[in-house]
Amino acid sequence: MMDSPRTAVSNPPVQPMESNLTERDLVRRSATSELPPPERQLTPVAKLIDVSKCIGCKACQSACVEWNDTHPGIGENVGYYTNPHDLTEDMFTLMRFTEWVNPETDNLEWLIRKDGCMHCADPGCLKACPAPGAIVQYSNGIVDFVHENCIGCGYCIKGCPFNIPRISKVDHRAYKCTLCSDRVAVGQGPACAKACPTQAIVFGTKEDMKKHAEHRIADLKSRGYTNAGLYDPPGVGGTHVMYVLHHNDKPHIYSDLPDDPKISAVVQAWKGVTKYTGLAAMGLVAAGALLHGVFGRANRVQPEDEESAERLVDSAGGRREDA
Amino acid sequence: MTKASELEPEDAIHRGPPVTVDRYGPGKRINHWITASSLILLALSGLAMFHPSLFFLTGLFGGGQNTRMLHPWIGVVLFFSFYIFFFQLWKANLFTRADMGWFTGIRDVIGGHEDRLPEMGKYNAGQKVIFWAMALLIVALIITGVIIWDQYFNSYTSIETKRFAVLAHAVAAVLIICVFIVHVYAAFWTRGTFRAMTKGSVTGGWAWRHHRKWLKDLAGRGRIDPAE
Repeated sequence: MMDSPRTAVSNPPVQPMESNLTERDLVRRSATSELPPPERQLTPVAKLIDVSKCIGCKACQSACVEWNDTHPGIGENVGYYTNPHDLTEDMFTLMRFTEWVNPETDNLEWLIRKDGCMHCADPGCLKACPAPGAIVQYSNGIVDFVHENCIGCGYCIKGCPFNIPRISKVDHRAYKCTLCSDRVAVGQGPACAKACPTQAIVFGTKEDMKKHAEHRIADLKSRGYTNAGLYDPPGVGGTHVMYVLHHNDKPHIYSDLPDDPKISAVVQAWKGVTKYTGLAAMGLVAAGALLHGVFGRANRVQPEDEESAERLVDSAGGRREDA
Repeated sequence: MTKASELEPEDAIHRGPPVTVDRYGPGKRINHWITASSLILLALSGLAMFHPSLFFLTGLFGGGQNTRMLHPWIGVVLFFSFYIFFFQLWKANLFTRADMGWFTGIRDVIGGHEDRLPEMGKYNAGQKVIFWAMALLIVALIITGVIIWDQYFNSYTSIETKRFAVLAHAVAAVLIICVFIVHVYAAFWTRGTFRAMTKGSVTGGWAWRHHRKWLKDLAGRGRIDPAE
């Protein structure tokens, strides 16, 4: 059997299956320094979202809600299509609609981007997470939240360059797209990709998805989208959710998709130099105090001091404060 | 002589023998220990979230979720208890000319040769540094702490602001823990100090040795109990 599914389209195998994603397949585990190396390397997988083929039907959102059994509240129409208005702990993926006037052609272009976790190769959420094992990365590239280990601190939100994780107000745990790790583990592609009627969302090995994207980009270029390209940002080591964008020279027009996402330097400083110098500083001060306490001479009050105090008090006699 | 306003109303000499000097009334002592316990609990719960090797400390608070939930509330307790304390003590902690002599004579301080230093009032320059460091760091910690208190204040600031806040919070926490260690160790090293915060009084000899100006001021103003 293959170690990971190659497509989301085919129907799943009918025989019962063991989960093919286990603790042994972890390549990173939050707040864990000594993780045993995995015994095998799974084939890296990716979801490719072709923005130019999306018709904005939200079947992906529905499929996501259904598979993950979340219950987003009934929305409110405030005059645009994006609904709900943001990602939530109950909505792991969201079609973001942008009306953009192309200054070169003066055409109105309706840009629809399916937002959600990008499954970074270098995940900022995992770097920021203080709870051991609350965020894990599998050797196939999936970054997953393990809710029973989550403490609800929200550090993942600060670490994420894409503003994806959301903390539940009910159970105080972080939620985001799992890349349907529970489906992938048993040979099925993500629910959103399976549901997409135009195959704007496809799933397979990262290599296959890159090849598939090449065809799409060539097609878009032949139609006049000279800047069409693949969004697989190197600043986060590449991602396991990629976009084909018709305007890959300006990702920000797609509802503020970052042009060059990176883990914030502030987060790097916080999780890097601060942690080590901080521990060292506290350790040194504590060790200094301890050593001085053991080897130094205590500052003791001497009998002369007591005598001097007595003399002073005696000589002060009965003077009063108001005297 | 020091102005009467700079002597705490409850400070007074008891003739004894032995001579003792009241240094902290019950209100201040209770406040000090609330602040101290909060700071220790904050350090333990904060360190648990600061470094993975210390995450086990969450066990003291009933797990990670409870630690995350309790830490900010303990911070609120610390902020209020410390700032009540602050307004009781700040005047006596203003720096004076004599403090310069303490800083330049730091070798004698560490060597325990206080007789070579200027006479100190109720607080010496080192204690004042600790006082103001605590005051500033606690303000920094409460402000940055509220910014990253996502449970209630998530929507008030941007993620970028929170990133700076969480970094500043960590740095300030490291500093305050260092200040805390120095504070506790200094109290231990200077024998006879702890009773100021337990019984509320110190011996006459302690006051003479470490805070002679304070003792002289009290004696000079006749803040002495009648002989028993």
